[in-house]
Amino acid sequence: MAVCVAVIAKENYPLYIRSVPTQNELKFHYTVHTSLDVVEEKVSAVGKALADQRELYLGLLYPTEDYKVYGYVTNSKVKFVIVVDSSNTSLRDNEIRSMFRKLHNSFTDVMCNPFYNPGDAIQSRAFDSVVSGMMVQAC
Amino acid sequence: MADEALFQFLHNEVIQYVYKSAENGEMENGRCVSKLEHLGFRVGQGLIERFTKDTSRFKDELDVMKFICKDYWTSVFKKQIDNLRTNHQGIYVLQDNKFRLLTQLSSGKQYLEHAPKYLAFACGLVRGGLSNLGVRSIVTAEVSVMPACDIRIMIKQVN
Repeated sequence: MAVCVAVIAKENYPLYIRSVPTQNELKFHYTVHTSLDVVEEKVSAVGKALADQRELYLGLLYPTEDYKVYGYVTNSKVKFVIVVDSSNTSLRDNEIRSMFRKLHNSFTDVMCNPFYNPGDAIQSRAFDSVVSGMMVQAC
Repeated sequence: MADEALFQFLHNEVIQYVYKSAENGEMENGRCVSKLEHLGFRVGQGLIERFTKDTSRFKDELDVMKFICKDYWTSVFKKQIDNLRTNHQGIYVLQDNKFRLLTQLSSGKQYLEHAPKYLAFACGLVRGGLSNLGVRSIVTAEVSVMPACDIRIMIKQVN
């Protein structure tokens, strides 16, 4: 499903980033980095928008030729970015939503882990396996 | 409910533990309150992450404060804040007329001097929660009559 999953901290540095190993990793880092501007734009636009649009899920951030980039911002301003292959047209919006939901649940578990220091890179096996679950479905 | 009692017992024991270890010279005496506050800070960070998971995004600072007063306070202390005041310039005062961690103490003046240690954790909870929501603040508490307490939040403006 996803080809790259990234978690970005409040202060916009990466907490976790993982992409499928077969492809150019650096390219995904760039893609995620670029997407942060769009996230910022969407979040700041929300103040003026209607109340019912204040959702955590930001929707499609931008499509490129090969990929679609989706974004999600938690209340603690942590950003999740998922990159999926454009060729995968069967993917529905609510499937993406459920992926983000899973990711958020898992991230919350990481945050509540007493051995995790907020702000550090995520090195949790449970979180890893959730992310793997999202990526494996592609093959 | 059982979890209410458990939280209070645990909280009391944590205070006991921190002050006992200070007596035994493992820690400087004056640092107990800040130690408790720091414990609360970390707990608050985790809690707010969990509680805000299914809420919509907050509009502004006041929205965040309302959440703290209603949902957050109810989850931790089983009641809402009784009164929220603000000067709209970054100072908020949360008034709780029957603060749960103080209800087991005598309502006279007898234990008034011990009140700070029972409030430090709660202050930390609030500060941790706010900081995770991106609001940096200084949180202090005041007690004048026993089960009531005022929690004062000063927002640090981001430069």
